[in-house]
Amino acid sequence: MPSMRIPTPLRTYTAGQGEIALSGSTVSEAIRDLMDQYPDMKQHIFNEEGALRPFINLFLDEDNINDLQGLETPLGENDRLMMLPSIAGGSKQSHIG
Amino acid sequence: MPPDLSHSEILRYSRHLLIPDVGLEGQRKLKAASVLVIGSGGLGSPVLMYLAAAGVGRIGVVDYDVVDFSNLQRQVIHGTSSLGKKKVESARDRMLDINPEIRVDMYDQPFTSENAFEIADDYDLVIDGTDNFPTRYLTNDLCVLLGKPNVYGSIFRFDGQLSVFDSRSGPCYRCLFPEPPPPGMVPSCAEGGVLGVLPGIIGSLQATEALKIILGIGKPLIGRLLIFNALDMSFDFVKLRKNPKCKVCGLEPEITELIDYEEFCGVPAHDHETGSAGEGWDITAQQLAARLQDGNNLTLLDVREPHELEISSLEGATLIPLGQLAARLSELDSADEMVIFCKSGTRSTRALELMVSAGFRKVKNLKGGINAWANEIDPSLPVY
Repeated sequence: MPSMRIPTPLRTYTAGQGEIALSGSTVSEAIRDLMDQYPDMKQHIFNEEGALRPFINLFLDEDNINDLQGLETPLGENDRLMMLPSIAGGSKQSHIG
Repeated sequence: MPPDLSHSEILRYSRHLLIPDVGLEGQRKLKAASVLVIGSGGLGSPVLMYLAAAGVGRIGVVDYDVVDFSNLQRQVIHGTSSLGKKKVESARDRMLDINPEIRVDMYDQPFTSENAFEIADDYDLVIDGTDNFPTRYLTNDLCVLLGKPNVYGSIFRFDGQLSVFDSRSGPCYRCLFPEPPPPGMVPSCAEGGVLGVLPGIIGSLQATEALKIILGIGKPLIGRLLIFNALDMSFDFVKLRKNPKCKVCGLEPEITELIDYEEFCGVPAHDHETGSAGEGWDITAQQLAARLQDGNNLTLLDVREPHELEISSLEGATLIPLGQLAARLSELDSADEMVIFCKSGTRSTRALELMVSAGFRKVKNLKGGINAWANEIDPSLPVY
């Protein structure tokens, strides 16, 4: 089964799971399975038009799916997707929260 | 011709001089180099100390903050004796203690579109140690427009990212992330926390990349991004490509000068947030205390995470973490008067917006959160 690595900021929406097994033979099918398993993820991945949000990147091994066939990129049994969101953290304490 | 080294410098840098890839020539390159570091906090701490120790001749530090107690868990350039001191001064003192041979230039001001060019113009490279999206996009666009390498690092909880953005030969930050997340969608370290050693790891790697670029050795992390996870101790690398449609470094760039980054990101970069939801939607800790004392029937809604209850809590409050609120609104009665709170008011402001858009009208935000309550009403509670 293909799998997806979920980064820590988004694990709130996957009940803390960092590595999720997904069924599907394309990236799009795998994402649909992710939504079925964790419906809260949807608004964080897709915008209203159903496109990947511009602060989320999906990589298949080393390659951005945008450099492959996008959401229609085929997935093999042992493929691993990696979700990469932008994260803000760095130096200063911003006194928020 | 790079500057010569004195006898004391030769002794100081002898472990560098013994490496054939560095040698006397490399050390002189370091002495001639100048690096601007944006932020002297978690990432900036190791960056500044290692660049100082390595003998980078001129180091600029941009930070307008003062050293705060909650910084010390990770910002190791500052110590307890520096509490309340300007961070640039605290950082400079530590750097010059490590190595008095270097020059440290302090910029005790917010880094903005107005001053960024003037500050960065005569540095060889820039290191991004910022903690917010507006300054991150500003730093990126500035480096693209000036044609300088931008050594990028970012952290959250146990995750880190590292890359070198040099638009002359590779992609920039905007090629990867054309737009920032909407405010509130991705939590900050101040909300979600960060393992103290994590900026130490990512910052040390940033310093490594900077030294490699100055020395012209090895393979800089251009066109590749490191994704680090401390829990798995995993180092994953992905390829980054230049985006021909990138608005700042693409074929037809739309951004040809610095823009208003706070507007672009929809969040303030510099004003420390007060945890306010705005006129009419806030209730102060004092006002809340008076209302409760008068016997008002108020529902207190705590939108923090369950583990934060162990730190501090308000009696009788209902806990629904912000991430679950949308799905659990049916548990709340819009006829009830409600006061929403979190640690210091940011998450509760978002919760209030969500509830108002769902038809709740009798809701208020506890300005400054439970920390304000601890400061003003109940000193038995800790501030965190």
